[in-house]
Amino acid sequence: MTNSIAEFEGADCIFIIGSNTTVAHPLIATRIYRAKKNGAKIIVADPRRVHISEVADIYVQQKMGTDVALLNGIMNVILEAGWHDQAFIDERTEDFEKFRKVVAAFPPEKAAEVCGVSADDIRAIAELYGRADKASLVYCMGITQHTTGVDNVKSLANLAMLTGNLGKESCGVNPLRGQNNVQGACDMGGLPNVFTAYQPVTSSAAAEKFARAWGVESLSTTVGMTIPAMLEGLAGGSLKGMFILGENPVVSDPDVNHVKKALEKAELLVVQDIFLTATAELADVVLPGVSFAEKDGTFSNTERRVSRVRQAVTPAGDARQDWWIIQEISRRFGYAMDYDSPQAIFDEMTSLTPSYGGITYERLEGDGLQWPCPTSDHPGTRFLHKDKVARGKGLFHAIAYQPPAEVVDAEYPLWLSTGRVFAHYHTGTMTRNSPTLDAEIAEGFLELSTDDASRLGIADGDWVSLSSRRGSIEVRAMVTKRISAGSVFMPFHFIESCANVVTNPAHDPICKIPELKVCAVRVEKSARLS
Amino acid sequence: MGAPINYRTVLTTCTYCGCGCNFFLEVLDGKVIGTIPCKTSPVNEGKLCIKGWNVHEFVQHEKRLKTPLLRKNGKLEEVSWDEALDFTATRLRQIKESSGPDSIGFLTSAKVTNEENYLLQKFARAAVGTNNIDHCARL
Repeated sequence: MTNSIAEFEGADCIFIIGSNTTVAHPLIATRIYRAKKNGAKIIVADPRRVHISEVADIYVQQKMGTDVALLNGIMNVILEAGWHDQAFIDERTEDFEKFRKVVAAFPPEKAAEVCGVSADDIRAIAELYGRADKASLVYCMGITQHTTGVDNVKSLANLAMLTGNLGKESCGVNPLRGQNNVQGACDMGGLPNVFTAYQPVTSSAAAEKFARAWGVESLSTTVGMTIPAMLEGLAGGSLKGMFILGENPVVSDPDVNHVKKALEKAELLVVQDIFLTATAELADVVLPGVSFAEKDGTFSNTERRVSRVRQAVTPAGDARQDWWIIQEISRRFGYAMDYDSPQAIFDEMTSLTPSYGGITYERLEGDGLQWPCPTSDHPGTRFLHKDKVARGKGLFHAIAYQPPAEVVDAEYPLWLSTGRVFAHYHTGTMTRNSPTLDAEIAEGFLELSTDDASRLGIADGDWVSLSSRRGSIEVRAMVTKRISAGSVFMPFHFIESCANVVTNPAHDPICKIPELKVCAVRVEKSARLS
Repeated sequence: MGAPINYRTVLTTCTYCGCGCNFFLEVLDGKVIGTIPCKTSPVNEGKLCIKGWNVHEFVQHEKRLKTPLLRKNGKLEEVSWDEALDFTATRLRQIKESSGPDSIGFLTSAKVTNEENYLLQKFARAAVGTNNIDHCARL
């Protein structure tokens, strides 16, 4: 997030797109409710009538995968009406002209034809957001999990820059990170192209700095493989060994039948986890690590706040600290590591990581610290791009609408999207082993519109078969008005009815994110009895 | 008179979504028995969602992995830490030597700590010699 969670309360307008905030980020939804009470106008755009839409001043239901069209239509209206911030554009951005041309050619009537939102609604959104003094954008995987994920995010950045809603309090572009430490895993260099704090592996200066600190002659300056490339590598034989720490791709990744086949081809599969997940069941060796309650360390949340994690209980059975397991493997592999605590690892990391440079365990007591925090007297940073955009000038991108990789046809006539439910989390490894949460929702379901249900002769609770070009599953139908005719939705937490058997692994060409939020499917009544 | 109870609370950060709520885990005689939201947390200000309120339930679940497992004759069998760690290090070393460092891939985790993420990417880059490290940021 460019801005902070508490700042939502001070916004005049909050535009939520592709985020089921109440379900996936409940304590951020609380701030949005408070903002509403303080007088903020709320806009929600989502193909599904998500819970947060109930407090919206404007709610629109765009067709799946048409976000760029909707956003370009909104920006067209803002430019036409003169609600843009020319001073901000002139002083702090570049490439505005190229962007303006694309958007100028995309009036709301044209946008409406693509995204299914009326031109009047597009104008109303443009006015609410465009005329607000402090307007904040909130998005989640509904924006990013598309073959046009990067285009969608750049379009939101365009919208914020166009209206000068960047670099000041209660504004900004605010992606809600889905996992407790996905921000931290990225910050720590858990990506194939960067060391910590996004220092590129292709930079010889960065590679030399880390090589010196780590006591090796040199480090590879070749960008490594992303998850989809690793799976291709396993399937094709170029990748032989796979080490998986605390992830469950056999349930979480698109087209899981293909994922499973790829992992089965590994000569060596090591899985380090806290439960015997579907992925661990395939492993050659399973290493029992510990849960958050059994370890010390830090997490970095969606607003870049680094907070302490503290050990409350001793590890289950003979499970061991995850850092100890990695250190022992490294030592036996022939590369010595000799840390005596997570704090010792943290101190080494901060010495190599400018945005974490001023953070110590001592300073994290209390409220934690938000990066960038480069020096020991720096108070941390509540919002980014103050006075000046971090890269120098904010870059406008001219982006034209492109359809999803797979569109509906006669054989697969319905659009499918996937997501979370309030009681569960990701592949259910933790929540489905929590009796109270399991009692709330014990099995998966397929949301089907009342129109489609009556057309297909399916009643609420009936078993249906859901098929795509990748595979087929059986699941119970939930007939609902939450979704519109022609679309279906399914949570991905439940391995017995695993949504990712049918999802599309087609991915964004730049960031490689898979198109989990839209694919074409067919629904039929199943022979299985209720 | 029975033995005195050993009750304490430990302030920590939630393991579910990216909000990063703070709460106290309640520990009674070595068992995690409850979760109390932290009123002074700048994120959650004394509130929690249903997942947060129940986050202690899976920690000491009977199905937790408690011993290393190694596949022998097609089946995962319990082994000592020494055997599991030696097997892992030796096989990684063999694959690196026979097929090169880029024939090994690592998935680190959005669920583990910063320290553990840092350490695994250091192992991949400094010890194995590959940038093949990624995690589920896209999922």
